Amino acid sequence: MASQTLTSPTPTPERSRKVRKGAASRPPGQRALVASPTTWLVWFAVAVFFVFLLGILVSVVVDSLGKSWFGSWLPEIFTTSWYAAAWERFGMAHVIGVTLLVAFSVIAVSVLVGVPAAYMLARRNFPFKRTISMLFLLPVLMPPITYGIPLATVMYNMGLGRTLLAVILVNLVPSVPFVIMTMTPFIEQINPAIENAARMSGASMRVVFTRILAPLLVPGILAAAVLVLVRTVGMFELTFLVSGPQSDTLVVAIYRAMTAAGGGESRPLISSMAVVYTATMMLILVVALRFISPTQLVARVKDSRDD
Amino acid sequence: MSSPRAAKSTASLRHRLAERGVDLSLLMLLPAIVFTTALFIYPFSYGIGLTFQPYPAVQEQFGGGVLANYRAFFTDDFLFDSVWLTMRLALPAALFNVLASIPVAFKLRHRFRGKKLLTTLLVLPITLGTVLTAQGLLIFAGRQGWLNNFLVQIGLVEEPLKLVNNYWGVMFSLIISGFPFAFLLISSYLSGIDPSIDAAARTMGAGWFQRFRRITLPLLAPGLATTFILTFVLAFSVFPSARLVGDAMGETRVMALMAYRAFGEQNDYPMASTVAVVMGAIELLVVAVVLLWRSFLYRGSTGGKG
Repeated sequence: MASQTLTSPTPTPERSRKVRKGAASRPPGQRALVASPTTWLVWFAVAVFFVFLLGILVSVVVDSLGKSWFGSWLPEIFTTSWYAAAWERFGMAHVIGVTLLVAFSVIAVSVLVGVPAAYMLARRNFPFKRTISMLFLLPVLMPPITYGIPLATVMYNMGLGRTLLAVILVNLVPSVPFVIMTMTPFIEQINPAIENAARMSGASMRVVFTRILAPLLVPGILAAAVLVLVRTVGMFELTFLVSGPQSDTLVVAIYRAMTAAGGGESRPLISSMAVVYTATMMLILVVALRFISPTQLVARVKDSRDD
Repeated sequence: MSSPRAAKSTASLRHRLAERGVDLSLLMLLPAIVFTTALFIYPFSYGIGLTFQPYPAVQEQFGGGVLANYRAFFTDDFLFDSVWLTMRLALPAALFNVLASIPVAFKLRHRFRGKKLLTTLLVLPITLGTVLTAQGLLIFAGRQGWLNNFLVQIGLVEEPLKLVNNYWGVMFSLIISGFPFAFLLISSYLSGIDPSIDAAARTMGAGWFQRFRRITLPLLAPGLATTFILTFVLAFSVFPSARLVGDAMGETRVMALMAYRAFGEQNDYPMASTVAVVMGAIELLVVAVVLLWRSFLYRGSTGGKG
């Protein structure tokens, strides 16, 4: 799957098919230079979106690097001291450690629990299948805070409140169904004949899983894991409800700094924290997107025809 | 296994069960079911039970016995208005994200130079997270931010616009975090539609609008419904941005904030659960309406999960 999206663009008959009307004078494969008005409009909208996005990003970065920035285009003095200050002030090493620990525990558990269930849903028919798939769908459909509040109440009653375990557990609630939902269509598109052949040659269920399915599932699992990672690191609502000073993840720590009593911490301090957060996330995502394409989870092999 | 008779009967039971799809491999479902039950079904039912055990203070103020929490929610304007305030944000945001993603996904469907880069850039906002988006909006679109600076300099507006700490601030943050998500989903649904259908219509002389209206849109509609639901869920539970870039006690006093206020600030767990349950009910209502509408649409192989 991964290699499919990365194949080099060889000239296929489909390429010349895209040549528009009135293009007879152009050699096949070349497009008209003047785009249609709708195309311009779309590009304009995308450009506006990017201006906003860049503005938001760059202004936070500039803010985190500047001193005494009021009303002018750029701050008067540039400094990196905010980063050092934020690192000390908020115990960033600990916070980042907690964030990564939570994220990777959630990934490991949700993949281990979710993939076998996705396999069963993709391949088998059994009684109450619809009910069970509905059960897995519900946590994804509900807004986190609706089940987060009762769940957090239960956790506080059990004395788990503000612990690392509670943070990991609440994050599993949307992650396990998410892995199931993304992996089920992925497993469906793997040809069952391969497994049947392996079984006929005498492989047990375990061997089928470890030797046949696992290699085929790796791209799907990686994609699901990246999405779970992004969701968990970015998950605010659920973590916020159960975490405490020792188990805050990065997002929650930033939020607490922004809303702390007495007007919150000073703005550049928070900006530098936010920059660290985003830089980490982007690094993860860019590295991940080099290897996988998240759309391959929903899209099937048809993609190649249109390329 | 001593008598052949017993062996036969167990084998036949196993066989009969296996014919219906029940065998030992179903155990693979067990961990997921246990997880979902322990961490979702149980707390949720517990929470619903909790809503019928109001604190004495609530009972005294609003009456209604075990239903005091619900009575409080529906009669206290401060609480009840949050339903409308939430809908006013979530519905337009979700609609905009879905509708705006369609043309963009369409234009980015074909292969061109830098497609991967552009897709990556469009997806990147997912990494920003609500908190950085909020911080960025406060700085960028604030009174002294670049956006207002620019608009004043080119003379488009005279006074700096008030774009944050109100309805629009939250709306912007919902679009910035929701649009990439909607785009990603819709473009994958779009790539699941067999292009040969479109090609066939083109051969028969259909124009682009006809092809879009008669071919692509019907095939895409189930995917659009799913995308709408997912973006709506995201927007409906908006909480950090409503507090950070919104007007937490006024225009953007959304339900999630009310629920959290009862939970974290007043420690009134039954009331917090009540707000959460009502939130879930309203959200499921919207989802049900969309799903009902979707059930009238074409259901078949679109390649996506539609």
